[in-house]
Amino acid sequence: MAEDIYQPLDQDIHTEPMILQMGPSHPATHGTVRFTLTLDGEKVIKCDTEVGYLHRGFEKECENSTWTQVFPYTDRLNYVSPLLNNFGYALAVERLLEIEVPERCNWIRTIMGEISRLSDHLTCVGAGGLELGAMTAFLYALEGRELVWDLIEEVTGARLTVSYGRIGGVKDDLTEDFADRWAYTRGRLQEIHANTHKLLTRNRIFLDRMQGTGVLTPEMGISYGYTGPVLRSTGVDYDVRKDHPYFMYGEVDFDVPVGDTGDNYDRYLVRMEEITQSIRIIDQCLERMEPGPVNSDDPRVVLPEKEKVYNSIEGMINHFKIIFEGIQVPPGEVYSYTEAGNGELGFYIVSNGTGKPWKIHVRSPSLIMMGGLHHLIEGGLLADIIPTFDTINMIGGECDK
Amino acid sequence: MAEILLSVVKIAVIVFGFVMLVASLMTLLGDRKQSAKIQNRIGPNQARFFGFSLAGIPHFLADGIKMILKENVTPAQSNKFLHTIAPGLVFVPALVGWAVVPFMDHYCTGTVQTLPQMNYTEVCVGGEWKNYFSIMHFNSGLLFAFAIAAVSVYGAAIAGWASNSKFSLLGGLRSSAQMISYEVSMGLSLAGVLMIYGTLNLNEMVRMQGNMFGDWLPMWGVVVQPLAFFLFFLAGLAETKRAPFDLPEDESVIVAGYITEYSSMKFAMMQLSEYAATVFIAALIAVIFLGGWQVPYVYADGIRFLDNHWVPFGEDAWYWISIFLRIGAMVFKILFLVWLQFMMRWTLPRFRYDQVMTLGWKILLPLSIANLFVTALVLAIL
Amino acid sequence: MSKKLIDFVAKHFADEVLDSHSRLGNDTVVLKRDRLPEIVERLRDDESTAMNMLRAITSVDYLNRIPRFEVVYVLYSISKKHMLTLRVVVEEEDCTAPSIHHLYGAAGWMEREVWDMYGVEFDGHPDLRRVLLYEEFEGHPLRKDYAKQASQPRLDLLVRERDSVEEFNVFYKSKPSEGSRDS
Repeated sequence: MAEDIYQPLDQDIHTEPMILQMGPSHPATHGTVRFTLTLDGEKVIKCDTEVGYLHRGFEKECENSTWTQVFPYTDRLNYVSPLLNNFGYALAVERLLEIEVPERCNWIRTIMGEISRLSDHLTCVGAGGLELGAMTAFLYALEGRELVWDLIEEVTGARLTVSYGRIGGVKDDLTEDFADRWAYTRGRLQEIHANTHKLLTRNRIFLDRMQGTGVLTPEMGISYGYTGPVLRSTGVDYDVRKDHPYFMYGEVDFDVPVGDTGDNYDRYLVRMEEITQSIRIIDQCLERMEPGPVNSDDPRVVLPEKEKVYNSIEGMINHFKIIFEGIQVPPGEVYSYTEAGNGELGFYIVSNGTGKPWKIHVRSPSLIMMGGLHHLIEGGLLADIIPTFDTINMIGGECDK
Repeated sequence: MAEILLSVVKIAVIVFGFVMLVASLMTLLGDRKQSAKIQNRIGPNQARFFGFSLAGIPHFLADGIKMILKENVTPAQSNKFLHTIAPGLVFVPALVGWAVVPFMDHYCTGTVQTLPQMNYTEVCVGGEWKNYFSIMHFNSGLLFAFAIAAVSVYGAAIAGWASNSKFSLLGGLRSSAQMISYEVSMGLSLAGVLMIYGTLNLNEMVRMQGNMFGDWLPMWGVVVQPLAFFLFFLAGLAETKRAPFDLPEDESVIVAGYITEYSSMKFAMMQLSEYAATVFIAALIAVIFLGGWQVPYVYADGIRFLDNHWVPFGEDAWYWISIFLRIGAMVFKILFLVWLQFMMRWTLPRFRYDQVMTLGWKILLPLSIANLFVTALVLAIL
Repeated sequence: MSKKLIDFVAKHFADEVLDSHSRLGNDTVVLKRDRLPEIVERLRDDESTAMNMLRAITSVDYLNRIPRFEVVYVLYSISKKHMLTLRVVVEEEDCTAPSIHHLYGAAGWMEREVWDMYGVEFDGHPDLRRVLLYEEFEGHPLRKDYAKQASQPRLDLLVRERDSVEEFNVFYKSKPSEGSRDS
């Protein structure tokens, strides 16, 4: 290791390894991560990853809030795809409550989840281009992301921190012109996708930098807990949406792209293909959706309508008790998992029967991927850290909770 | 006395008038507006010059004023003397090289005659040649330009070391290694050109590019040495650290490389010198390979094509028209090459360090040696 | 859903199992802690279970119960698509659990996080230090007796590193304004 290249002073050339801090404020470590690198020239010998610069105490906060007040905290976990976190948490609590949501709610959750996944993958691909120097690809991807955020803003009211999910449903139905806006957005997204392919996918320089760097073997991927596009790029066909379908993923038709070598280029290609598949899922959902109720009708869980709240005493008491005491979830524990943008997002929830959770643990894919990152970086060059760290797509909010 | 005054005027016009103007305009128009057009956005358009927004051009004035007014930060433990002079060491070679670039042929005080039977050389009948359009008439102009381009390695290396930061040191190391690797290929491709034209004087070289094969194909450098043109273009890009070879200065890995610890006017000088060097390499390529101030078929005494000879507007008026046409051609070629370099910057990702070294030593160098070989063979046969 | 995994564990390690249930679709087994690495290794290597993926390690603090802590392991098999939750009972005075870092690479950071948040030490872990919080942090925040508003002692800054906020405080503490907390 480092000791091998350290030669004592009486040799001809005095050599020692250089310790470089790629610290939390560095243009490439977006999401604030610190790498302490031991370098021999440009080769990385040892890498020590340090996370936690964005730790905000999500789990402790949740223990002091009611079940519904946790939703804004879940937005800020993976802040480029907040809807996926919202719905993952809602699914977990609904399993504890053992209630069913209406069918239209599941369609909406699928559509909005896939739109969020589009935003996540566009950000990752764009940032990959930017870090490697292809700034034009970055701006194209960001234009696509702006269109996606416009859609999200129409439906939920916010671009980034949406708090759209609720236990037992979602906050509001989709807008009436959603299908038209989606038709325009999807055409533009496909053009952007084609342009980004033309700029990057067969570019000799891009291939040189991304192929063969940051290679992950399937055994190491499974052992170190990698999931999502990173694991699928190594050849392991594991997607929660296909293996354990939830929401409406069992009813729509989509393919899961699987790579074969597990290097950065495969991860980039898997994400590009997933963008196409997400567009396909949303198209099918919009065709097959029927009008109907959006929230479950269980009065213990869902707030009553405003007319009943203001005009009848039962509605007012119901509303009051749900807001002040929280939804009374029966005691028990459950581990529920969904497919977020980076991999499997799991919530292990323990309830003690009151309106506030006893414990919520987030199994965040980014934190676990950072645990194995040093194996991908060591042995490579300093300049290979950039595409590797970028295609892993560590999001600071999710990693540090 | 008149000589000195003439030199000062030439330096003022060429260096400050042309080079600095083009370099500053290019930072705005080429870099920011052009990239904005590619990327579907608008770019800077808010600066106004006395109420007129000239398509965003006053931004470079605004940038200059902003840069001067910023705080000048020098890192605490650095070598302050070297840290301060390093931008100068980078800036000065980019400007000094312009001493030999010819914008137009020498001015003839008599009349000019072109001799098609002697390879279309131009002879000054009844007068003498006066050097009004390039700062120096230097018999080894090409060697001078090349040597000056090589001196700019010092600036980058010293800037990287004097900043007392590991990231800057890495940037300085990378830049010096990259620049000296690509200088070898540059020199060897120029050797091929030298063999064909037989002169190091840049003005003579441009004059010889007025010859025409078979009376219709001008003997420009790109025609007789296409491979050398390509190699010199790439090596020149790497020499001035332009994309896709810009890993010493702009990589996400090493923050801003050797420019990291610079602020205010020193930073502005570093940036401006990079653009000035870009314009310089574009001028060298235009002079050596693209015919310099030559416009095809336009000579000082008329237009010649195959065996025809037209003199529009009369002899005297035509001489002045040809002067302006030629200066315009030179400026147009320089601007075109600068625009090309900027387009390449905004579309391509950047190389990794070992890929740059592989390209320089294992691909460009053998190709330039092979080019030299083939040129020598062809010249020996013909 | 099927009790196949619970039966497997009960058959081979019957005296380690304290409780088991299959509520809400999660197969759960409550275990004693001593032979846990062996059980997990058996679950990983046996062909009928093949649980090659460690999904999560976390810990729950049941404040008013003895034993106080439970460390929860969630295992999953990619080929067979079944999941098992193992809950290991840990007491407050002897707050340790065996480490499984040699079986799964992911356990390294997951166990560090449990140490960071709950203070459960893992025997045999090569590098047990805090992962999400800084090294000088005192206490284990997710324990139920750690107040949410508890503040940490201020680290001594070197004189050279004093930031502008500290300079302001030092300067203005000497003459506080009327009605302020320091007057």
